[in-house]
Amino acid sequence: MRKLHFHPCGNFREGYEQELTIYETDFGRTAVFLSLVLLFALVPVISGPYVLYVINIIGIASIAAIGLNILVGYTGQISLGHGAFFGVGAYAGAIFATALHVPFWVAVPCAGLVTALIGMIFGIPSVRLKGLYLTIATLAGQFIIEYVLVHWETLTKGTMGIVLPKATLFGISLEGDRAFFYIIFLSLILMTYIAVNIMRTRYGRAFVAIRDNDQAAEGMGIPIFRYKLLAFAISSFYAGFAGAIWAYYMISITTEPFNLGLSVEYLAMVIIGGMGNIAGSIFGATFITVLNEILRWLTDVFMNTGILQGVELSIAPIRELAFGFTIVLFILFEPRGLAEVWRIIRSSFRLWPFSY
Amino acid sequence: MDFLIQLLVNGISIGFLYGLAAMGFVMIFKSSSVLNFAHGELLAAGAFIFLTLVTWAKLPIFLAFVITLAGTFVLGFVIERLFLRPLIGEPLIYVIMLTVGLASIFKGLMLLIWGGNLYIYPDFLPAHLSIQMGSINIPPVYVISIVIGLLFLTLFGFFFKFSSQGIYMRSVADNQTASLSLGVNVRRVFALSWAIAALVAGMSGIILGIINGINVHDLSSVGLKVFPVVILGGLDSIGGAIVGGLIIGLLETFTGGYLSPSLRDVVPYIVLVFILLVRPYGLFGLVEIERV
Amino acid sequence: MKDNTLLQLNNISVVYSDVIQVLKGVSLLVEQNKIVSLLGSNGAGKTTTLKAISGLLKPENGKVTDGTLMYEGKEIQNSAPEDITRMGIIQVLEGRQPFKYLTIEENLRVGTATRWGKPYKKDMELIYDYFPPLVKRKKTLAGYCSGGELQMLVIGRALIAHPKLLLLDEPSLGLAPLVVKEIFKIIRRINEEQGTTIILVEQNANMALQIAHYGYVMENGKIVMEGKADELKKNPDVREFYLGMGASGLTKSYKDVKAYKRRKRWL
Repeated sequence: MRKLHFHPCGNFREGYEQELTIYETDFGRTAVFLSLVLLFALVPVISGPYVLYVINIIGIASIAAIGLNILVGYTGQISLGHGAFFGVGAYAGAIFATALHVPFWVAVPCAGLVTALIGMIFGIPSVRLKGLYLTIATLAGQFIIEYVLVHWETLTKGTMGIVLPKATLFGISLEGDRAFFYIIFLSLILMTYIAVNIMRTRYGRAFVAIRDNDQAAEGMGIPIFRYKLLAFAISSFYAGFAGAIWAYYMISITTEPFNLGLSVEYLAMVIIGGMGNIAGSIFGATFITVLNEILRWLTDVFMNTGILQGVELSIAPIRELAFGFTIVLFILFEPRGLAEVWRIIRSSFRLWPFSY
Repeated sequence: MDFLIQLLVNGISIGFLYGLAAMGFVMIFKSSSVLNFAHGELLAAGAFIFLTLVTWAKLPIFLAFVITLAGTFVLGFVIERLFLRPLIGEPLIYVIMLTVGLASIFKGLMLLIWGGNLYIYPDFLPAHLSIQMGSINIPPVYVISIVIGLLFLTLFGFFFKFSSQGIYMRSVADNQTASLSLGVNVRRVFALSWAIAALVAGMSGIILGIINGINVHDLSSVGLKVFPVVILGGLDSIGGAIVGGLIIGLLETFTGGYLSPSLRDVVPYIVLVFILLVRPYGLFGLVEIERV
Repeated sequence: MKDNTLLQLNNISVVYSDVIQVLKGVSLLVEQNKIVSLLGSNGAGKTTTLKAISGLLKPENGKVTDGTLMYEGKEIQNSAPEDITRMGIIQVLEGRQPFKYLTIEENLRVGTATRWGKPYKKDMELIYDYFPPLVKRKKTLAGYCSGGELQMLVIGRALIAHPKLLLLDEPSLGLAPLVVKEIFKIIRRINEEQGTTIILVEQNANMALQIAHYGYVMENGKIVMEGKADELKKNPDVREFYLGMGASGLTKSYKDVKAYKRRKRWL
């Protein structure tokens, strides 16, 4: 058996292979593996239906956030249309399931592909647009998609929404939170695996090169437009994939949730999690989802106990306030996000008591 | 025919309003290259401060107007000081996200204070300001929005082209280190541009409030309308903001009048995408001079 | 301290991001109305020294951690660039850095920032007199001008501010030899006619020592040699490493290149 690697006390890399490793140490690999086993064995058993629901939502959001991170964090193209792409995926999944009677395991990836295609179409402006102008073009995409979803009634049934059939996988009908837990988290692991590995290939390096200096990247022979489109496609595929699973999980969908607010929320997940960090996206998704749930719970408490009965109180202002403050404080105090916080915590444990 | 002309007039006046709102936006962008997602909230803040002063404090209109402008000026100053200054030099996306966060905070605050209801100002504009041409009627608010729009356009145009302070602002947007090395007070430039932008936003908020009534959600969504306007005109062009505003205003009223009201909000964006494909820096925006 | 001292650096250290120490105790003395040239290879800390003087370290997360910077008898280390420029120290940045979207004339006007509101018309005339090629280009965007014109522009832009001390960072960077000659001539003229004290950072040691009165050689964040320009020019080490001449005084040819490198005597 080869020697196990533990934490080196410095950067002792000697070859390019070492730069490419995902886990710096065997300890990290073991830790991730163990926590995955715990996740699958323990979590569905001990959590109640509500907690499991929240965890599932976190899983779905994580998939979509990873997709956005590939586009924003790695390729440097700021998109404000991710929420709409998520919606496209949800609707594509729903339409595949209801109109074409496609089984669950085909419908979800197909929805991802359709979204990838749409994403590429809205990525076309990136041929000539850069920075803020591109951001606004994706904002336009957001509004155009929203409009189409509401008004193309023959396909999407407009504001009526679509009710999806039950998902079945290999003859087993997937019902309830627990079944979906396994589906969602297996997909999340798969998608994380793919994302981490894309970043280690020439494609991933090309993305990073475009982010850091697109002109230099072009000079190095990277066809930047093709790669930008590819980044849009991959990112939208993730959004669509997540959207389709979400649609199945929710059973009925309407056009309402896929608004600009959702896009902003995804962007917030990526930033709060840490840009250009896959694990960070999962942290960010967890943080924002939990924050949303806590705020909802808080408002419920206030409403029921009647502390603020006299005041005309609804969730909207408090939610807006808390959401805004979270983003602002994060950007002001830890712009590199939760992933950085996590790194600092880890290394301070590792280096304790001699912190240098 | 009359319908067409009436639409034209409405489009132009709304366009001037959008242009006015966009001008503040361009102001911020020109000096600090910040895309302000909280602009709609600044509009709303202006409208609400004015509302409170007029209906609750019962101040005379003119005094209320002046106090509102001063208030928004200070507000812009404070925002820059508290939130934007620590971010000088950080990548674009953080700054964008910060303004998104600010937008949320302001929206939440305003909802807490004033709630989500629709308010209207007491009728105070003199009726003789309206212009009657045959069957076409231009209400006083529209006249005012056109006049103020033109006024600020020329004011800002001169400011940026000829005044020293304006040139310093442009130099900071262009190359911060170089302007620091020449002794330009970069912090003052940022603070000033935010303050002026907030002031202009507050004023457009008041006028919009007179036309559509005052509601947190409606006014802050105008902030999003500003995007197609400024991008069309070019992010850094004051004149472009007015032209972009006119184009978007006309597009909106005409699609609303002839096609369907539901298309009103999307058509600007569709046109925007196509124009951007032909002219990536908007109609009047500066083409980026890149040298590696 | 002598009377005509304008600027004195006493043993200053500069650290970037609290980690990277770039200057390790640099001391300089700049006398009034003199051109002092700062030589050294890449990464020796010349630009950092200039930035420490002009206060531009701050935006780059750098700090003077030790030592004092005396300018006209006042300590100015770690002051804000707005204040330092107003005391009459103007730096011309490396790599030109014009305001690309401003016309030449507007670029020059930015130079009035330290004395905002005062008339500047006469100074403009003066700049155009020093740099005649700029006159034709008055209304052109700086982004479309040539390297030589831009170098003149940025020096002119700094002159508008009436500096007492002008910090020039590699004015010859990427310019044709003839243009470099021209620019150095003008620098000398500025020094003689305006009485501006100049600190000149250069890779082109030959040119720099021709116009400078005094010179310092930096290496690895330390001053390793100093002396009058003429003396430095004659020093065999400087000749070998910075002027590219053999010890015998003739231009070095491949014939003379030894298999081993001459040892730098100050190491």
